[in-house]
Amino acid sequence: MTTPSQTVGPFYSIGLVNDGQSVLDPDGVVLEGQLFDGQGEPIWDGLIELWDAAGGRWGRSGTGPEGNFSFRVPADVPCFEVYVFARGLLRHQWTRVYLDDADDDVLERLEPRERATLIAQRESTGFRFDIRLQGDDATVFFAH
Amino acid sequence: MTDVSDLSDVVLPDDPSFGPEVQVDYPGYRSTRWRAPDRPLVTLPEELHSLAGPVFGEDTVRESDADLTRQHEGEPLGERIVVHGRVLDTDGRPLSGALVEIWQANACGRYHHEVDQHPAPLDPNFSGAGRCLTDDDGRYRFVTIKPGSYPWGNHENAWRPAHIHFSLFGHLFTQRLVTQMYFPNDPLFAYDPIFNSVRDPRSRALLVSRFDLSQTMPEWALAYEWDVVLGRGNGVTPLEEDA
Repeated sequence: MTTPSQTVGPFYSIGLVNDGQSVLDPDGVVLEGQLFDGQGEPIWDGLIELWDAAGGRWGRSGTGPEGNFSFRVPADVPCFEVYVFARGLLRHQWTRVYLDDADDDVLERLEPRERATLIAQRESTGFRFDIRLQGDDATVFFAH
Repeated sequence: MTDVSDLSDVVLPDDPSFGPEVQVDYPGYRSTRWRAPDRPLVTLPEELHSLAGPVFGEDTVRESDADLTRQHEGEPLGERIVVHGRVLDTDGRPLSGALVEIWQANACGRYHHEVDQHPAPLDPNFSGAGRCLTDDDGRYRFVTIKPGSYPWGNHENAWRPAHIHFSLFGHLFTQRLVTQMYFPNDPLFAYDPIFNSVRDPRSRALLVSRFDLSQTMPEWALAYEWDVVLGRGNGVTPLEEDA
C-alpha cells in the first residue's frame, strides 16, 4: 500500500531549500509569480517545484512574504510540470505552466477558463505565472 | 484543566474508504480551509503518469548529511536514534538512488526556524536537516535525535505527536511524496488532525515507524525502522513496463 501524504508544514525550508535550486538554466529567462489562498491572501510558506521532463532539468523555490517565487528557466521549453506544497495542503498539488499557448493533449481537454490558468504571461522581465488554490479563478490541478 | 470531552471538531471518525488518500479538506486542520483546492481535479492522459522524474547524483549529498548529530562543534542534546528503512514502489521493488530529505524539531520540540516561537530552547548543536540517496536495495539510514512534541495554534491545547518530516523522489515524476514519520504508541495520535486526516486506519498505520532492536547501536542509540512505498493511491496498479 502506498504511504500516505502529510503536509510539508511551515518549516520545510530547514530541509528543502538550498542555494541555487531555483535555477534550471543560468542563461534562461525569469519565471516568477505568486501563490494565493482562497481569500486572495499570499501564501508565505509555500514551496514550488518545477520539472522540465524533456530536458531533465528540475528546480524548487520557496515562497516569500508576498507569496512570491522565482525561477530561471530555459526559454525554449513549451511547458513545465509544477508541484505545489504548503502548510494546509495535506497533499501536494500538480499543475503545469506553459510559456506558449499551443495545443497539446493536456490543454485540449480543458475548458477555456481552466486553460487560461496554465498559461504564463509574457512580461518585460520574463514570464509571470500566478497560482491560486481556490475560487472562481483557481488554477487547474491534476489527479495524481 | 482543559475540557477534552469533545474532540469531534478536531478529529473525524475512521473511514477505510479513503484508502491511502489523505482527506485534503480535513476540517479539523484549520489551514486547509482556504488552501485545499475546492474544484474537481482534472484527469490527465495516462502516459503522463509514467513520466520520468528528476535524477539526483552523488554530488547532491555528502556522507555527513545523513548524521544530524555531527553537523556542529558539539553534540545535540536528546535521545540519539537511528532511523532507517527502504523506499519501494507499489510492486515492492526497491527504488535505488532515491533522494530522501528530512527535517525535524529538536529534542525540546523547537524548530531551527525564525517563525517557530515555541518557548522551548534552541539547541546550538542541532539544525535538524538531513539527506541521503537510497542504496541499490532502496535503503536509507539517518542518525539523529528523537524530536520532541510541540504545541501549535490549530485549536485549544493542540500538540503535534513527535514526527520527522520526509521528502522523497522516486524514479517516476508521480512517485513524489512529502509526508511525516511518527513514533510508535504516541499518546497524542488520537488528538492530532494532521495524522487523522488519513481516514483509513490501515493507511494511517503506515505513517508510524517500528521500534527495531536489531538495528540499535549498543551503548549508543535506539533504532526505528520505517519503509516508504511511493506510487499512486487508490490501489491503482501502475502500467507494466514494456518487456
